[in-house]
Amino acid sequence: MAGGLLALRRRKHTYVRRYWMFAVPAALLVAAVIVFPWLFTLFMSVHDWKVSGNTYYVGLTNYVHLMHDDRFLWAVVRTLYFTTAAVVLPVGIGLWAAVCFARRFPLRGAARTVFILPMMATPVAIALVWTMMFHPQLGVLNYILTSVGLPPSSWVYSSDTVIPTLVMVETWQWTPLVMLIVLGGISSLPVDPYEAAEIDGASGWQMFRFITVPLIWPFIVVAAVMRIIDALKAFDTIFVITNGGPGTSSETINMLLYQTAFGYYDLGYASAMVVVFFVLIMVLSLVLLGTRQQELTL
Amino acid sequence: MIRRRSLLAASTVLLAAPAIVRRAGAQAAFNWQQFKGQTITVSLTKSPRADNLQAHEKEFEALTGINVLSEQMPEQQQRPKMVMELASGRPSFDVTHFSLHVSKRVVGVGHWLEDMRPYLADPKLTSPEYDWADMSAGALRAATQPDGRIDSLPVESDVWLVYYNKQIFADGGVSFPKTFDEMLATARKLTDPAKGVYGFVARGVKNANVPVWTSLLLGQDQETVTPDGKTLLTDTPAAIWAGEMYKSLLRETAPPGVVGFNWNECQTSFMQGKVGMWLDGVGFAPPLLDPKVSKIADHVGFGVMPAGPRAHNCPVFTDAIGIPARSKVKGPAYLYCQWATSKQMALNLVNMGGGASPRQSTYKDPTLMKNNPFGQEWLATLLTSLTIARAGLPEIVPVTEFRDVFGIALTNMIGGADPATELRKATATFRPVLESSLKT
Repeated sequence: MAGGLLALRRRKHTYVRRYWMFAVPAALLVAAVIVFPWLFTLFMSVHDWKVSGNTYYVGLTNYVHLMHDDRFLWAVVRTLYFTTAAVVLPVGIGLWAAVCFARRFPLRGAARTVFILPMMATPVAIALVWTMMFHPQLGVLNYILTSVGLPPSSWVYSSDTVIPTLVMVETWQWTPLVMLIVLGGISSLPVDPYEAAEIDGASGWQMFRFITVPLIWPFIVVAAVMRIIDALKAFDTIFVITNGGPGTSSETINMLLYQTAFGYYDLGYASAMVVVFFVLIMVLSLVLLGTRQQELTL
Repeated sequence: MIRRRSLLAASTVLLAAPAIVRRAGAQAAFNWQQFKGQTITVSLTKSPRADNLQAHEKEFEALTGINVLSEQMPEQQQRPKMVMELASGRPSFDVTHFSLHVSKRVVGVGHWLEDMRPYLADPKLTSPEYDWADMSAGALRAATQPDGRIDSLPVESDVWLVYYNKQIFADGGVSFPKTFDEMLATARKLTDPAKGVYGFVARGVKNANVPVWTSLLLGQDQETVTPDGKTLLTDTPAAIWAGEMYKSLLRETAPPGVVGFNWNECQTSFMQGKVGMWLDGVGFAPPLLDPKVSKIADHVGFGVMPAGPRAHNCPVFTDAIGIPARSKVKGPAYLYCQWATSKQMALNLVNMGGGASPRQSTYKDPTLMKNNPFGQEWLATLLTSLTIARAGLPEIVPVTEFRDVFGIALTNMIGGADPATELRKATATFRPVLESSLKT
């Protein structure tokens, strides 16, 4: 037994010694495009680093400043608000759509194709189209609203409605992705539990609540994690449609750090924002993945 | 018949001969072909100025034998790209086009662009026809850094004026206002939300809205920063008055949603015949007069910025082009800059309605006076505006942050906030940023 273990270890050691060099290119690539930029961002974040000026070491001053910067703190709040809405709605509607598309009905294939069209469009192009449709006087959306007797909306031209409107665009575009992931899960479900439940007299809702949802839960979690990461880093749509406005009403962390780095050319302060943002994303992702891991263990 | 025509042509040539000979002599003395076969890359900000340069690019290539690779990018992308590439020390372009009111100080502090003075003084590089002294005093001042360097050549001076809808004015029984108070009263009178008609529109979106406020402030004979660029004048009684005027105009008389309007939304509303007056740059005239895209092509009027309580001014914003100090083809790049800011190109710019020329000679050109495609009212408004023009934005390094901070205050005002409170808050927020920039 001991001899076998020893042989296994020796074989593993020889294997590592013989083949380690094959991992070197990948390791170098990761170091160059992920590790180095991160270390450099950390380095910049502890400096007063302006594009056209000299660079000074300032320790944690940028981080302390961030904690007292109302504009940044509001950007964090807005990011969380936007992310929550832009995850919950697509996941909810996507789940419902997946259940609908799992059933057989005439022209199901065509309907599925139409449903996933928004996902295939270029975000910047559709953002430009939405911008035209949101115009308060000349946009088609207010024309439709007033045609059916409803009052016009200010859409992205008001602080009160700008984030819900951006969430609407995000939901329109990314619900199909959630639907596809969940539909994949539903397609792989076994038939037996449903037959058993039917014999036991379970209703449609009970089968959905106690059989479908638990079985496709891992797919829902994957979709939610993807949506959270996407929504947290949402930039193109907001940049094109509102550029963070009106005022700062839709200024998320991404928008603010872009403006700080490439509008104010304050790379040190923008780097500190990036680090805080990275921590935020890591914490949220770890919490979600931890939850999923816990469920798999149970 | 043929003989008579030939005779006429021959006599015309004879009459014009001295001028042609002089011109040819000057051209012969100056060698435009000295960098023949070389290639330059030109980065342009998307604008009518850039359209003008690209429209005549082939003429430059034929004149010099230099190959030009030019591209236009929207200003939101081109501005940071230019600064980041210049800061990197390896710009991808040999000529860059930029707004002096945005990037002058940042490129000046970085010493990233070539000082043009030795080039202008070198007869081997500068054609005798170029005539640097022909540039207007305002354009020269704008292109000169505080230490005396001239690191860019002015392409255009964009003065602001008031576009107005003559039909709406006639229906409302009003005439063009002479003062800001009259402008507000007129705008109020023309506003009829039930009919979807509004008296006034101007930029409401943050950052872009600041020049509207500074335009009003110039009517108080005041700018936003002291001439030395060290002290903010943004919470003075005059600045608060301008804030109140801005709030009244945009909150009471502009279309709903104006808080999110940049110039393009304002232009669309105006072209659709929904707005009485639109305050913005002179370069936006061509589409307004184009019946293919404008519903009011026959009703567009042009008016000089009304007077304020203490002064009659309008803001001016200057575009320029420069050569990166790290460019490897500075000679050809300089010939391009020289051609782009020549008398002929300045005249072409005004003729296409792309903006105001920074050269004095443009406005003495007899063809422009007679055949200008936008009418005498447009030209007269432009000429008067040039006589009352003053810098519309402060010459400071953090000008983008200035525009954002005060732009947010202005959008809050449109939402109903008190101008005095907002301007004091914005001033307190921006003061440390300005002080910090002065240390660099």
